[in-house]
Amino acid sequence: MSNHAIAAIAHEHVEPASATGIPHDKMGMWVFLCSEIMFFTGLIGSYIVLRFASPTWPHPGNTLNIWLTALNTFILICSSVTMVLALASVRDGELRKLKLFLSMTLLFGTIFLSIQAYEYRHLLHAGFNPHASLFGSVFYTTTGFHGFHVFCGVICMAFVTGKAFLGKYTPAHHQGVETIGLYWHFVDLVWIILFTIIYLF
Amino acid sequence: MTEHKHPNYLGIFWILLTVTVLEVGYSFLKVPRPILIFGLVSLAAFKAVLVALYFMHLKFERKALGVLFASTLILGAILVSVGIGEHLLPRP
Repeated sequence: MSNHAIAAIAHEHVEPASATGIPHDKMGMWVFLCSEIMFFTGLIGSYIVLRFASPTWPHPGNTLNIWLTALNTFILICSSVTMVLALASVRDGELRKLKLFLSMTLLFGTIFLSIQAYEYRHLLHAGFNPHASLFGSVFYTTTGFHGFHVFCGVICMAFVTGKAFLGKYTPAHHQGVETIGLYWHFVDLVWIILFTIIYLF
Repeated sequence: MTEHKHPNYLGIFWILLTVTVLEVGYSFLKVPRPILIFGLVSLAAFKAVLVALYFMHLKFERKALGVLFASTLILGAILVSVGIGEHLLPRP
């Protein structure tokens, strides 16, 4: 048996064909994201139920800085665009653009977290903390868990960006970029909902 | 993912940005609360659908992924509806 044939068999053994036609890591990410939908639905559902049940609820605009968070929403939307452009670049074989867009996504994610940290610091200093009120408790739990997801995304994004700079991705092999992209867009999608129901209602 | 021409990502970015600005402006309008909530939820849902369809490429994916995603959303909607219903329905 030739070396080529042995290599082909070995490759087949390591990466068996997917029965769904969807790569396994991508399918795994989608299943994970579906579990995340239920996680955030639990948090958002709790918020809605508590708010319906409360006879009074402070207007978010009186406590929270809507304009600062609107800026943060803009930054997260920008990060989603640079992420999807990174994926388009690697598919087109434009590896320099891949590195640029991944770096920009990483930067936007870091800015988002920095602004959220600034917001928390400002609110805590003003006496709005998790045990100040029901609103405070729900606010920090929901946005805190989302922030933690962004933090995890930034860590993974740094890893993927590092691999891009090491030249590990090609137009034929870039599943890592697509998988982290799915996670990143999901985090953006959740923030779109959270921004509306927590900051604007 | 099936092969397709890249969507106009920058066009979608401008739509998302415009809707976000509209959303923030709308939240300051003095309109009846149910109308305010309905409008804000509709705008947020529109943005979320755009992100899922074009950035997450659900529009171009196999139907299996769409079914997986939709079924989870339905389960989530049931979960939230039961919670809200408990407060809206008359107690025995």
